Amino acid sequence: MSDSLRLKTRILTVVVVLANVGGDFLLSWGLKRRGAELGASALDYVTVLFNPWVGTGVLLLILWMLSRMVLLSWADLSYVLPVTAIGYVLNAVAGRVFLGEHVNAARWSGVALIFAGVWLVGSTAIQTAPQPAGNCREPIAERECARR
Amino acid sequence: MKAWLFVGIIVAATALADALQAYGMRRHGEIDDFRPSALGRAAASLTRNWCIIAAVVMMAVSFYSFLTLLSFADLSFAVPASAASYVIETVVAKWFLKEAVCWRRWAGAALVAGGVALLAL
Repeated sequence: MSDSLRLKTRILTVVVVLANVGGDFLLSWGLKRRGAELGASALDYVTVLFNPWVGTGVLLLILWMLSRMVLLSWADLSYVLPVTAIGYVLNAVAGRVFLGEHVNAARWSGVALIFAGVWLVGSTAIQTAPQPAGNCREPIAERECARR
Repeated sequence: MKAWLFVGIIVAATALADALQAYGMRRHGEIDDFRPSALGRAAASLTRNWCIIAAVVMMAVSFYSFLTLLSFADLSFAVPASAASYVIETVVAKWFLKEAVCWRRWAGAALVAGGVALLAL
């Protein structure tokens, strides 16, 4: 496993997580400041995009989707999925700090479990799956998954 | 019963969307040229990739099923129930994408699923 692959995967993982958390947070912030609930009219869903908070949130979620696609082009799904779940933790912290939401003991336990899961998966190899024709890299065995 | 039906649809659609996206991106090859022209060519190529198109359709199915579930069930039920997708997708990654899933990844996926469920309480 090359150091450059590990480094670029870590950097892009940070981009994916921050874009997701930032996008969700701005959507929530914009919709709450807007006041009225979204109605059944399709026009509501279009006009809300012109709210600067919501619009920026949608742009960040587009960045999230595109950067996640790039990440999946060089890392396993079974690696990307748990590692990017750290976003749940940041969402809980953002809700606590910026929105004044109450985070009880059960939620902090959830944060601890997610940290443990991310740490475990983050210590495995980034790419193990067989590649399509043209890429000569051999798939690695399960027992080697844990090796860096 | 109706709620669990929607949970099933959400988990299945999410797992299918992620598996198709991962497979489609693997077939496309690694994207490591970030110049605008190269990114444009990659985007054009991806719009013709049926795996990516099907993944986007499945993401839409998952999203609207989740919104429908939220219209008659509590968020505190919907989020923990759909956290099962972490474990289901690890199974999909092992059996369909042929990834080498060792005990650390199984344990990590289970811990994350449990953690997400607790966060929703």
